[in-house]
Amino acid sequence: MINENVDVAIIGGGPAGLAAAVSAKQHGANRVVIIDRNSWLGGILPQCIHDGFGVEETGVSLTGPEYAEKYIEMAEKQGISVMQEAMVLQFDKSKEIIAVNKRGVHKIKADAIVLAMGCREKTRWNVMIPGSRPSGIYTAGVAQSFINLYNIMPGKNVIILGSGDVGLIIARRLKFEGANVLGVVEILPYASGLPRNVVQCLNDYDIPLFLNHTITCIGGKERLEQVTIAQVDEHMHPIAGTEKQIQCDTLLLSLGLIPENELSKDVGIEIDSVTGGPVVNQMLETTLDGVFVCGNCLQVYDTVDMLSIDAKRAGEYAAEKASVQKRKQKSNIRIIPRGGVRYVVPQLVDRPGIIPLTFRVKRPKENTVLLIHAGRKELFKKKMRWVNPANMIRIEVDISDEIIASAQSLEVTIDD
Amino acid sequence: MTSEKEVTCIICPIGCKILVRMDGSKLEVLRGYKCKKGIEYARNETLDPRRMLTTSVLVKNGDWPLVSVKSSQPIPKEKLFFVLQKIQKAAVNAPVTLGEIVIKNVADTGIDIIVTKTVQNVEK
Repeated sequence: MINENVDVAIIGGGPAGLAAAVSAKQHGANRVVIIDRNSWLGGILPQCIHDGFGVEETGVSLTGPEYAEKYIEMAEKQGISVMQEAMVLQFDKSKEIIAVNKRGVHKIKADAIVLAMGCREKTRWNVMIPGSRPSGIYTAGVAQSFINLYNIMPGKNVIILGSGDVGLIIARRLKFEGANVLGVVEILPYASGLPRNVVQCLNDYDIPLFLNHTITCIGGKERLEQVTIAQVDEHMHPIAGTEKQIQCDTLLLSLGLIPENELSKDVGIEIDSVTGGPVVNQMLETTLDGVFVCGNCLQVYDTVDMLSIDAKRAGEYAAEKASVQKRKQKSNIRIIPRGGVRYVVPQLVDRPGIIPLTFRVKRPKENTVLLIHAGRKELFKKKMRWVNPANMIRIEVDISDEIIASAQSLEVTIDD
Repeated sequence: MTSEKEVTCIICPIGCKILVRMDGSKLEVLRGYKCKKGIEYARNETLDPRRMLTTSVLVKNGDWPLVSVKSSQPIPKEKLFFVLQKIQKAAVNAPVTLGEIVIKNVADTGIDIIVTKTVQNVEK
């Protein structure tokens, strides 16, 4: 067993882990270590070769690899240590991490931990698509890594299920590499990805988007031969008689992302059943003292910019925690989503100040009002010209001492 | 002849729907934008639509088989596939560094193709 002591240990070296590490160092943490299972830093960014990263954060549009290198360079300059090709097996309540790499088993004692494990893609088995089990079915992100990192084309005639951003971006990428993209099938009445991606990835290349449709059967013996698509009713049930067969050799699934929180669950951290990420307070601290969380394992972000901004906060608070161990814990106030609001992060608030809230809505809506109440008292009111589930909403709310002392809960509402 | 159309802005994640009016050769950006970049985008999208191009180039002797690249400026939409053909024929020797130019003035567009990632050399 190799023993190490650090101020802040960061699990995951993707954009969230990198931003948290850089920020922790800037805020006084001396020994910062990033533990990552890949042989490279930046997580998913090197395979996201399209541009559009960093626009909200810096005003300049970068590609994924460029964005990653910017943060990797900062981490290197600051002398942040990195354990690559290392797998964290567990950590416990005393913040002792067990990790393994080629050198052996490491026991890393940390004063604060930042979780930045990211997320993984939903598969065919998460949505239970009937049919046979041929080859040629991949998640969109895996296909993206094949094409952009390993120079492997997943197929020629491709259908994509799910219109999340990864699905839309891979549609254009396949088209660029000469594949025939037969269409994107989406069960909802609107695209799940950002509007800009519908325009520049589908509309630009006349790739059809089948809204209110799903795949009802997968056919093929060795290799995928065809899929059956059908229209769905308002309860998302396939409508008999609308089935259509599409000949194809490849099916890519862009069905959404699941935050990776096996480590968090093992140690008993409370998980929000809607976000799939840990329940946190305004300092992005989980229900386990000294363990912070950021990135897509906290909530699935729509842009890396917002993700980095929050991850830097997590790094800052982790650095503070590492230097000042004990803090007086006041009772927690719950933040509760109401009406058209699907979830709110953070879920808890325990001290006054200006607190950023991030949340998503359940469905698109125009000309609506966002309200935040503490009991009967209205804290915040904002007219929203339009809201869209694909666009995460971020606002800042001033929480006074009086509210902290007296409120039971805060309710965030958009009429539904 | 006057015609109006809606343009979805692709500059940032908001995706503003911007209304533009064409009156002969005169173009007016009417409403729907939230920033100056939106006005500019709607104008360009109507008169001279362009897109940033990102793809990859083969790497010889690199620790990765490909290196990601981008166009130095947005490329006229109708030339995208012609430019892609040129890029697909290119190959570079590792090491390559972020910012290096792979193809200068690609397909006589005045636009360069630039590496967006550093790929190290592996001795074989």
